[in-house]
Amino acid sequence: MDLGELVSCVGSLSCLVTQVSAGLTIGLLLFLVASGLTLIFGVLGLVNFAHGTLYMLGAYFALSAYAATGSFLVSTLAGTLGVATFGLLIERTLFRRIYGADVLMQLLVCYALILIMDDVVKIIWGGDFLKMDMPDTFRRPPFIIGGGIVPLFYLVLFGVTLAVALLLALCMGRTRFGRTVRAAAVNSTMVASLGVNTNMVFAAVFAIGAALAGLAGALSAPIRSVVPGAGVSILIESFIVTVIGGMGSIGGALVAALLIGLTRSFGSIGFPLFTEGLMFLMMAVVLLLKPSGLAGKHPA
Amino acid sequence: MSEPELSVQGLDAAYGASQVLFGVSFDVGRGETLALMGRNGAGKSTTLKAIAGVLPPRAGQVILRGKDMAGRKPYRVAHSGIAYVPEDRQVFPEHTVEENLEIAQKRGLDGTAGWTIPRAFESFPLLLPLRRRMAGRLSGGEQQMLTIARALMGNPAVLLLDEPSEGLAPLIVAEIGRLIRKLRSAGTTIVLAEQNSRFCLAVATRVAVIDKGGIVWHGDVEQFHTDPTVQSRYLQV
Repeated sequence: MDLGELVSCVGSLSCLVTQVSAGLTIGLLLFLVASGLTLIFGVLGLVNFAHGTLYMLGAYFALSAYAATGSFLVSTLAGTLGVATFGLLIERTLFRRIYGADVLMQLLVCYALILIMDDVVKIIWGGDFLKMDMPDTFRRPPFIIGGGIVPLFYLVLFGVTLAVALLLALCMGRTRFGRTVRAAAVNSTMVASLGVNTNMVFAAVFAIGAALAGLAGALSAPIRSVVPGAGVSILIESFIVTVIGGMGSIGGALVAALLIGLTRSFGSIGFPLFTEGLMFLMMAVVLLLKPSGLAGKHPA
Repeated sequence: MSEPELSVQGLDAAYGASQVLFGVSFDVGRGETLALMGRNGAGKSTTLKAIAGVLPPRAGQVILRGKDMAGRKPYRVAHSGIAYVPEDRQVFPEHTVEENLEIAQKRGLDGTAGWTIPRAFESFPLLLPLRRRMAGRLSGGEQQMLTIARALMGNPAVLLLDEPSEGLAPLIVAEIGRLIRKLRSAGTTIVLAEQNSRFCLAVATRVAVIDKGGIVWHGDVEQFHTDPTVQSRYLQV
């Protein structure tokens, strides 16, 4: 533990800016993954343990698309839409059979998918650590704000994730599709009796959740290593975010993801050996004080 | 009667291993209101569920305007023109009244959008001042009106109503009765499952009595009035 370092960092503007921007980056990427996870759980009743695998695939798709075209826009779209398509495929063939099933059964199916996809990725891309080159457009000296370092790519990432979060909130809250999805989450039989093809709604929701994970993977490819099994650690963090925010709540997921991001970023200074533990500690405290999470309605 | 709007033939339905319907058959002509009457557990609700596809029938036919709907998924049945209002109402509690209506909006069989949200509020004026209220915060009578209005948003040919008067105050029951008669005069075919025989006789044109999962009496409402045995034999507790 190094509380002195932490206190001196919080006291200095430059360190504060650097750590906050790093923390927001971690948090917003986490939000993209966790919001899909919580959406799929809230509407479909599926605990998608394979959600991290979708993130990993997004990173690999982006990597290959970038290698082929050199365009960041294309690589981001490839990660997002590629994973949405893959998600649609596994939803129709696999996941729709286990909605509302026992969690153990869901875990089993998802775990099998995780193992299979990790191996598929190894066959296609190999088992080494890969990294997507930082696109030339963003390869500039970082901004210096108050003495702190903020890379340009971080700002791009903030912009994209916040825009997506806003779009998601508008889509779920202000459109007929969103209202139908929320109604189907509560009572899908009644929604079907009103003439809505709920299978299509569920498939669309899964595809949206998958697209969010794919986007997160694609955006992370230039700043994180892309490696088989990369989905597991982000999955665990996403679950922590989902539980802290409240299962099924997208707003709660945003708050919790930023909280976890900042915890990681500042924790790495104050408690370098206990950053992971800090996240679990935070989850335990939230669960003790509010068992349903910050914005959830049902106990986790 | 010319070709019936809805013809139910030999309908069997079961919950798991326990069979509830044994060959239920009846016809409803276009624009008629059929009251399906019977004691608790006779199979009224199950019949409506089986027609709507919510409980897939084991056997039999549900023929709407000449096409068999039996075995179709509930959303396909709804698209084909059968709207279902369940017994426990099932409004979407965390959606406003207006949003409840919006979710159900779709075109009718002939492609026209006869029922729109403004028209629903015109026909159900009590709902208008409540349109931004969460449906879960409405009274039972208001919820019942909302579910009927919501079902109409799909412009159905046939409306299935399960116990629309259940648990409501007499004034509200009378209001719902007026609504049903208005829908009938507008040409909607209605099947309602009811225990309240006074309510039935006030709104129905035909009566089918169900007992132990089968239709035991079928006729005009006037015949029902003048047949003392059917009422004492099948309806009194």
